[in-house]
Amino acid sequence: MTPIATPGQTVGPFFHLGLSYDRDSELVPPGSPAAVVLRGRVLDGDGHGVPDALVEIWQARPDGTIAVEPGSLRRDGWTFTGFGRASTGPDGTYAFTTVAPGPTEPGRAAFLAVAVFARGLLNRLFTRAYLPGDTAALAADPLLSALPEHARRTLVAEADGQGFVFDIRLRGPAETVFLRYPGQRP
Amino acid sequence: MNPLAVPARELEPQSVISSEMAALDAGYRGAGVTETQPRLDYPPYRSSLARHPGRAAYDVDPETIERCAPCFGARDVDPLDADLTVGHPGAPIGERTVVTGRVLDGDGRPVRRQLVEIWQANAAGRYAHGRDQHPAPLDPNFTGAGRCLTDDDGWYRFQTIKPGPYPWRNHRNAWRPAHLHFSVFGTAFTQRLVTQLYFPGDPLFALDPIYQSIVDPRARDRLVAAYDHDVTSHEWATGYRWDIVLTGPGQTPLDAEAQDGGGA
Ligand SMILES: [Fe+2]
Repeated sequence: MTPIATPGQTVGPFFHLGLSYDRDSELVPPGSPAAVVLRGRVLDGDGHGVPDALVEIWQARPDGTIAVEPGSLRRDGWTFTGFGRASTGPDGTYAFTTVAPGPTEPGRAAFLAVAVFARGLLNRLFTRAYLPGDTAALAADPLLSALPEHARRTLVAEADGQGFVFDIRLRGPAETVFLRYPGQRP
Repeated sequence: MNPLAVPARELEPQSVISSEMAALDAGYRGAGVTETQPRLDYPPYRSSLARHPGRAAYDVDPETIERCAPCFGARDVDPLDADLTVGHPGAPIGERTVVTGRVLDGDGRPVRRQLVEIWQANAAGRYAHGRDQHPAPLDPNFTGAGRCLTDDDGWYRFQTIKPGPYPWRNHRNAWRPAHLHFSVFGTAFTQRLVTQLYFPGDPLFALDPIYQSIVDPRARDRLVAAYDHDVTSHEWATGYRWDIVLTGPGQTPLDAEAQDGGGA
């Protein structure tokens, strides 16, 4: 018999005390070669920024390989661990300094795995931030191609001068598509 | 009465929240379908109203990156990080207590050498956080944040101070049951969990919409640690035991390869 999973609970308003740390959102140092900024806003159902949300990303390297490297909590400035965490500011904005992940298999669409936590959100949400650009790979992606256009749009980041913009809408007409993986029960 | 607080008269009384919770509880018991996780849509927790998705999550098979998890090691965590009672000039005020247990994946296997993070209020119910306005004393000898790595059998262990309950403004005279916030990683990113540990017998359980958002009584009881006299130590600290089971597949890419590897 498989054990039943421990229930989640909200991260609450004071998560910075336990979860934030120095350079938590800097997967690579700002200004380093190939550095991009992945930024966006976490928005509630009224379109207001969520000032007490936490966004986590987990991603491959630009060549599509996955780091098995400790050091996310004490960044040494050169080890790429693939993991980062950013808490939102007063207007709901978060920002990471990272590198663009490559596809983990040739020809597949590249994306960052994203987990979202917030006060008022009773359990974490999973989503994906796909990178724009490789239109053939995006069109062939099993998840994206199964979604209607308005939903698909919520999962693809937009390129800007510094990197990518990926807004996370918790609720509302343009609500982000959130994901459930096998084995996860209500 | 707290003289600094904004008048609370515009907040709803506990009775309004309690009757909403009772109605949701009756609805759940009548539905006959077992739930195991909190509802994201749980109106008695007022902050959830604008912050829960309107649509159900989309079922998807994890891709390669999602079947792996971030790696943490001795470089990330100092062994002293697991003792929240040290690192200050003196000893913190409160009931010294040890909380320990195992982190298991969805197949019941231990999650080895993986990160567990906790944060909490002090014994007076106050967080060492700039946004906590509860007029209870800060403790100069207590910060309330800890980390550890699980061992090769999935065990974590923290020494800390039992937190106090604290008021919040969900409604008038709202109090959270005493709790530790836990953040846990598994062997796959899909197993990521943030939750709260509670202590047995808390009189605030029935009144708290965050705890009650897990509408199944057996499911919410999984967040309550067990007093364990074998963890309690002579003339030193009380002890609690709490195991954490992660959701989703505990599959490593290697397992997946072996299974997908055709033929066999
Ligand atoms: Fe709390």
